[in-house]
Amino acid sequence: MKKLILVLVVIALYVLHQDIWFWRTPNPLVFGFLPIGLFYHAAFSVAAALVMWMLVTYAWPSHLEDEVEHREPEEG
Amino acid sequence: MIPALVVFAYLAVVVYIGIFAFRKSTGREKAEDYFLASRSLGPFVFLLSLFGTNMTAFAILGSSGHAFTNGIVTFGLMASSSGLVIPLTIFLIGTRVWALGKKFGFMTPVQIFRDRWECGHIGTVIFFVQALLLLPYIIIGVMGGGTTLNAISGGWVPFWFGGAIVALVVMSYVFFGGMRGTAWVNTFQTILFLCFGAVAVVVIGSGMGGFSNAVQQMQASPAFAPLLTRERISPYYFFSYTFIPLSAIAFPHIAIFCLTAKKMTQFKKTVIFYPICIMLIWLPSVFLGVMANRVTDVPKIQEKIEARRTLATQGAQMTPEQRDELLEKRAGDDVILLLLERYAPFWLAGLLGAGIMAAVMASDSQILALSTMFTEDIFAFYGGKRRFGEAVQVQTGRVFVILLTVFAYVVALQAPETIFELAIQYAFSGYAALAPLLVAALFWKGSTKWGALATTVWTAASVVAVAVFQSIVPAPAPGPSTVFYSLGGVEALSRTPGGTAVFGFMPVVPMVLISALLMVIVSWLTSKPSRTTIERYFPRKETRPSERVATGVGQAGA
Repeated sequence: MKKLILVLVVIALYVLHQDIWFWRTPNPLVFGFLPIGLFYHAAFSVAAALVMWMLVTYAWPSHLEDEVEHREPEEG
Repeated sequence: MIPALVVFAYLAVVVYIGIFAFRKSTGREKAEDYFLASRSLGPFVFLLSLFGTNMTAFAILGSSGHAFTNGIVTFGLMASSSGLVIPLTIFLIGTRVWALGKKFGFMTPVQIFRDRWECGHIGTVIFFVQALLLLPYIIIGVMGGGTTLNAISGGWVPFWFGGAIVALVVMSYVFFGGMRGTAWVNTFQTILFLCFGAVAVVVIGSGMGGFSNAVQQMQASPAFAPLLTRERISPYYFFSYTFIPLSAIAFPHIAIFCLTAKKMTQFKKTVIFYPICIMLIWLPSVFLGVMANRVTDVPKIQEKIEARRTLATQGAQMTPEQRDELLEKRAGDDVILLLLERYAPFWLAGLLGAGIMAAVMASDSQILALSTMFTEDIFAFYGGKRRFGEAVQVQTGRVFVILLTVFAYVVALQAPETIFELAIQYAFSGYAALAPLLVAALFWKGSTKWGALATTVWTAASVVAVAVFQSIVPAPAPGPSTVFYSLGGVEALSRTPGGTAVFGFMPVVPMVLISALLMVIVSWLTSKPSRTTIERYFPRKETRPSERVATGVGQAGA
């Protein structure tokens, strides 16, 4: 269930990247100079970092680490 | 003159860091130490170096140039899409590549493919395709160094000399420092060009008297207002571009870099902070590129704007040669340099120039990656390591670094830059189309070596086909594209002013989709690797990891 939610969040973020709603307008100008389309994608980058945090927190492939740790003493 | 001296001082620091500062004195040199820094990089160096490795000259110069011509769309097109796709691929694929490297001693992606699919010469085919797609980057790195040093010094340093200095500096620390030297230099450079953006915005912004007025003036001008929106790019093109960042993890220098982390937890910070790092470097570069359109007292910028205007109004009546000439004139890759020249004091222009050089000199990890691939995938695989030993293998890698750099320098002096800029465009699509190889090898038990071969041959063929198509059919003037082939009234294949469109999408979309499809269909039709091999890659939960044994890595005859 947790993984399914994370997959859906990633898909939603990908869809949000295709923001046709701000395509032809620079308004509103955020902070008085930043066109909304540019601000949106800067905010999108922050959202991407948050989603990445969720992935490493809730879906970290720790089994890969376990496999390596089990193997290392054998090689040493 | 002063900025050039600051840049020379910066290059001296780079050489010092790369060769001496973090050199590990060991007795007999091991291949793993030279090529992978003994898989020992810590979290800080791993994050900054991986990011720096992936940021080429395009991050500062190309992005501002693209934004100068196309507007704010550049950020969503190239930066925020990368901020989602690249860390996601590092999370899903990079961690698995790292684990396989630790478990079985792999040093290159081709070693993984050979072992995973029980193949030998198919791996060699993959090596050649990867190497050929990587070469243009190394050449353009040398060219970028020459051009930037020439521009920063105001023409005082000629192109040939600037290129030679940059090539020599990169070659020195890659030769002596290997992966450890390269990683530390990349870390230093990344810090520098992350600072670049913030400082450049403040300096240029205060020079221009703030950005609010400039933006409002642009909004009021019919010629410039579209640059504040994305109306110059179609949503299909915008969507297509999200396929391009798939290339990142398929680049050998990125996949090889994933093998250098000491622990897998070091991927965590990299995955989380990657989108932020991209934003910090691209947002100022893109914004300043757009703002350059309002700078009226720099004649070179005005010439570019005039060339753009002529192209838009009279381009359709011009010959392809005349259009090419204007396209070259309107190119904005040097707008950041021109803004710095206009607004930054001399000493600061030097420091910021060093920041730009840091981004330009990204070819180091590509040179090292090709050297690693050659010595592991060819020299060691075909018996060189067995016959001559590991020390000779490392020396072979070093000789390869020298030969490759000299080759890149000689080609950079002879050939026009535009050829390699185009080649890089094709290479991005090519590497994106190779991404299904890694996905299939790591996630799909049913994939086979014949599926891998089909994917690789398709990638090479489609890159060549797009290149041939674009050289035969001249680019139209800015505006509607030239339809080459229609299917049921739909534009199936068109030549656009900037490239090629397949059903309105960039070629990378069909390239990736067909590549993945070929992997699936051909793998279904051909025989799978042995059960032992599949179980090593996809262990059953009840099987203890210690019960599994790796087969010979880096030996011919598989």
